[in-house]
Amino acid sequence: MRTPTTQSPWKQAIQTGLIAGAVAVLLSLVGMVAAFKARYIISGVFTMGQVLFLAPILMMTYFMIRRISPQPTRTVLISGLLAGLAGGVVLAALILLGSIIDLQAMFINASPELYRLLAFGQSMVPGLVILLVVCMIMGVLAGAIFIIPSRLRASIIQALLWITLVGLLRDLILTVTNRWGPVGRLVKALFAPSGLTIVGALIVFILIAGIYYWRMGQPARQSSAFQLGGSSTQKPLVRWLTIGGIILLLLLLPPILGIFFSDILDTVFMYILMGLGLNIVVGFAGLLDLGYVAFFAIGAYTMGVLTSPELNANPMTYWQALPFAMIACVVSGVILGLPVLKMRGDYLAIVTLGFGEIVRLLALSDWLRPWFGGSQGIQLIAQPRFGNFVLNTQQELYYLFLIGVGIVAFVAWRLRDSRMGRTWMALREDEDVAIAMGINHVATKLMAFATGALFSGIAGTIFAAKLQSVYPHSMNFLVSINVLSLIIIGGMGSIPGVFVGALVLMGSPELLREFAEFRYLVYGALLMAMMLTRPEGLWPDARRRLELHEEEIAAKARAEVETAAMGSTK
Amino acid sequence: MLRTWRQRITATDIVVWAIGLAIAVMVIYGSIKTLALGKYDAATWIDLTITGLALGGVYALIALGYTLVYGILRMINFAHSEVFMSGPFTAAFAAEALARVGWWNTYPLLSLLIVTVVSAGVSASIAILLERIAYRPLRGAPRLVPLITAIGASFFLQYTFRGLYGSGLKGYPDMELLKGFFMLGSIRVFKTQATVIIGAFVLMLILYAIVQRTKMGRAMRSVSEDKEVAALMGINVDRTISSTFFLGGISAGLAGILYLLLFPQAHFFMGFIPGLKAFTAAVLGGIGNVPGAFLGAMVLGLLESVGPSLFLDGMGIPAAYQLKDAIAFTILVFILIFRPTGILGEQLTQAKA
Repeated sequence: MRTPTTQSPWKQAIQTGLIAGAVAVLLSLVGMVAAFKARYIISGVFTMGQVLFLAPILMMTYFMIRRISPQPTRTVLISGLLAGLAGGVVLAALILLGSIIDLQAMFINASPELYRLLAFGQSMVPGLVILLVVCMIMGVLAGAIFIIPSRLRASIIQALLWITLVGLLRDLILTVTNRWGPVGRLVKALFAPSGLTIVGALIVFILIAGIYYWRMGQPARQSSAFQLGGSSTQKPLVRWLTIGGIILLLLLLPPILGIFFSDILDTVFMYILMGLGLNIVVGFAGLLDLGYVAFFAIGAYTMGVLTSPELNANPMTYWQALPFAMIACVVSGVILGLPVLKMRGDYLAIVTLGFGEIVRLLALSDWLRPWFGGSQGIQLIAQPRFGNFVLNTQQELYYLFLIGVGIVAFVAWRLRDSRMGRTWMALREDEDVAIAMGINHVATKLMAFATGALFSGIAGTIFAAKLQSVYPHSMNFLVSINVLSLIIIGGMGSIPGVFVGALVLMGSPELLREFAEFRYLVYGALLMAMMLTRPEGLWPDARRRLELHEEEIAAKARAEVETAAMGSTK
Repeated sequence: MLRTWRQRITATDIVVWAIGLAIAVMVIYGSIKTLALGKYDAATWIDLTITGLALGGVYALIALGYTLVYGILRMINFAHSEVFMSGPFTAAFAAEALARVGWWNTYPLLSLLIVTVVSAGVSASIAILLERIAYRPLRGAPRLVPLITAIGASFFLQYTFRGLYGSGLKGYPDMELLKGFFMLGSIRVFKTQATVIIGAFVLMLILYAIVQRTKMGRAMRSVSEDKEVAALMGINVDRTISSTFFLGGISAGLAGILYLLLFPQAHFFMGFIPGLKAFTAAVLGGIGNVPGAFLGAMVLGLLESVGPSLFLDGMGIPAAYQLKDAIAFTILVFILIFRPTGILGEQLTQAKA
């Protein structure tokens, strides 16, 4: 795909710089730079906002240099400098343009404040000079990172990423470590009221870079990415101890984290539940479902209708209603599944989207108001109780989510390796061949829809119990998109991927409130970037990865065979 | 004979047909009941029909983009609804500026022309950029990959425009020239609706002529038949695909202006529902088929505006207009189930997997 280019490195550097500058301008104009202006990563030195407009220049310059890998060191540094300069010029042009005409009439974020942020708080002329110099430094830095040996480079990149992460997650880290006595005080000393202190950043840098540098020096172990189940080679005792430790940690999380973070965890776990369900439909069986929220809604509404005294003369308890909600979800999964059996990928996506919208519109309509409460929704939904003990705080409901996720993850994991799971994957990879091999595609597909619907419905019932109310407005298309994004970014068909995806995608907007406003922008960009560069996801499923990189792997194998053959003929 | 027939029918077919039959019975029963009740007079029905035709015109122009792209790449350009949104949302600023300097009512035709050019230009550039950045590298990837990219692109664009222009509604100034109505015999026609219907019809004819008569259109049709052979015949496939997106973008931008004449408020989410309905229209008419898109859009527009009153009112459903979107989606689902090739069939794509 990438043919060696004959263009001069200078021209490419300037081109890249201009594109990177345009990206930085876009990030500024959509308001991200200004939104993160107070979120320090290293206190008093630089903020997330500055990272947002400098990182595109740094990263794109680095990738450009890596792609063309110009030969003498001097050329690398100068092309980095040129790219940085070009990016800086674009940003400077925005400031100049903004100071001449009033851009704010059109772009609401093009405020004088933004220009001040871009000019590092300085006035016009010195600000522009500083901006250009900083951008050039970024470009040269990208070149420098390319030149240094790969072991050092990887350590530095990791350390920089960790500094950003630690700086951003300051509040979460401190909440946890605050209880650790002297260690907690030590950790606290690393942090300023916002972000890390300079010393703290240095310590994190040295620590992480050191660990990575040391680890890369160790003899390379077999990469487990291509093996099925990397842990199978470990000793069983170690494995059980790890699992036990994780379970213990999960059980202890709510008291450690406190109410605020437990609430975030509830949201994450709810999306893990839904993600595990959609992962079966999309990831295992390859049926792209865009109306997944429908089953969530059906679960939540069944719970609401059966347990709310508003709509029901003799309301049930949570546990009495749960089986009915589950049955309702399975039945609706089959009802959706039946008509779409013959449909191909993109038609299926649209039909399911339509189905999701129909469910929402029906719940919203005045026609069904006597049953579903119309736009007012349903209130007074029962909360789960054991005897006299009612689960009603975020921390208590966490355990309900935990149990749900535990059961569902176990079922999903066993299903993946079962006969049914392998049939799903066969259908995903080639439907015609699978049918020719005698697979009953009707039962298989319906099973996928029903299981996915069931998992989502369980999430819906807990959601209804958590809020004690359901509204049609919370059942919109964006929920489906959230779930779809998390399973795709985590890795389609990969169960650990669902956990990773949910933690990253659902946790981050809650932890960084500034980010919440841009979540769908970022999800959209991530979906595109993921599909373009790494379609198998962050934590890929081994089988799925093979499928997506079939040709590359085959080519590699061919090349190996050929070189072996060459060797033997000599 | 009977036996082979019985063997071919499966349980799922029966269920599907039963659902279809039940809905058909409900529609007929509802219509008869409504007409028997005589709740609405003839003038109301004609009003609804004209509204439906105007809506249909807008859908037709958007549907053209779906149909052309599907014909050539065999993918649903999910982000087309955002291509449709981007143009008129940007043009609203131009309209506002024109209204501020007073041109909007003193030179109405020139103003409309400027706004239309802005809208079509922005939509077309977004469409071309989208193809270049998001879709071109994925040609030949497994089926789900470009579709997911398109969904990502759709959300990225939606929220980018929200970030750029704000999340509020952007009002579109009223034009004196298009205010009020005129009488056509005894029928009352709003000027905006007449403009939209005529405009959509003329534009659709022009675009159809471009696809059928020009060199670019011929190249597009040949690429949609067979990319490799078209390339061997000396057609630049990449450029042809770009020009397809360009044409789709232009028509979406034009549709946007017409849409704003009907509903004078632009916002970042305005593309989603019309986009979905235009896709329905494209499928209804037969995707990949330009006259089909027009026909499907008109049918859908009519069903959507007449449908709730005709089918649902008679059954005593309150506030039936709330369900107009549900009707459109139900039509989509059932068309895809019973006749996925649409009314006119898929024309551009004779042989496809």
